[in-house]
Amino acid sequence: MRGRAVAAVLVFPGSNCDRDCARAWEAVTGQAADFVWHKETRLPDYDLLILPGGFSFGDYLRCGAIARFSPVIAEVKRLADRGHYVLGICNGFQILTEVGLLPGAMRRNRDLLFICRDVYLRVENIRTDFTCGYSTGAIISYPIAHGDGGFSIDSRGLRELQDKDRIVFRYAGPDGRVVAGGSPNGSLDEIAGIINGRGNVLGLMPHPERLAEAILGGDDGRVMFQSIFQTITGATV
Amino acid sequence: MKFRVQVAVLLKKSVLDPQGAAVERALKSHGYEGIKAVRVGKLIELEVEDESRCEVKTKVTAWADQLLANPVLETFDVIVEPQL
Repeated sequence: MRGRAVAAVLVFPGSNCDRDCARAWEAVTGQAADFVWHKETRLPDYDLLILPGGFSFGDYLRCGAIARFSPVIAEVKRLADRGHYVLGICNGFQILTEVGLLPGAMRRNRDLLFICRDVYLRVENIRTDFTCGYSTGAIISYPIAHGDGGFSIDSRGLRELQDKDRIVFRYAGPDGRVVAGGSPNGSLDEIAGIINGRGNVLGLMPHPERLAEAILGGDDGRVMFQSIFQTITGATV
Repeated sequence: MKFRVQVAVLLKKSVLDPQGAAVERALKSHGYEGIKAVRVGKLIELEVEDESRCEVKTKVTAWADQLLANPVLETFDVIVEPQL
């Protein structure tokens, strides 16, 4: 029998990619994901928690700053501490940095514009449980849709990310070249996604769930959901 | 006692401030050459009731550190004035 991975998508007031995430998960794995409201204080042992994109609490104060104090965050930390997988996409990534499960913070985009378009990414680390299905140096396309996506961190933090191979995605050109200053949003070291030291919490600004089926115009995002599903269940999809 | 508290949040000096740079360019386009730097931040105003100024300062500083500012990117000042 095929293995089962139990996934949940967290829903904050203002989340707007929650259904896209659940849809992508189900389309790729054939298994439905639960929706979990941010007020929940006790979660079953989900294998995977997805913090979706959107504008939690209207992005008031700072992106993710208020969501960080939602009751469900204590459960996110508990499951992350026990090695369960946590995936933060866009606003979900911003929340994870505010929570402290991932380092750094997101600044306003360099050109002050909200950017909504497909970008090219280079997969920098295919040894993570989220990216094991990609090939080395793969150039993939995911959409971005954010106004505050300029990844920022102090120089010591940046060195640690670099030295420990924790930069998982970088913004690249169509030919896969990463050029200094070439990110769309002013991200430091062109960083688009990072992982924690233990390797079970990944955050990225681009949206794999928005290009996870061919009918959407591309399915590069599919591999991320396949990878994590395969890691959890040992089954391929 | 009632206090009016202002928390001024600014991006750290080391952090690029694209809003500040845009405002600086706009001001300079009005012909004012004396401007050397512009930074845009936010001002959060609270009305607080507590026993003493130092009590308020301590509490609001803790909130600022945890919620109102992000220490990775921002610095903040807390100004407490008694409300008469």
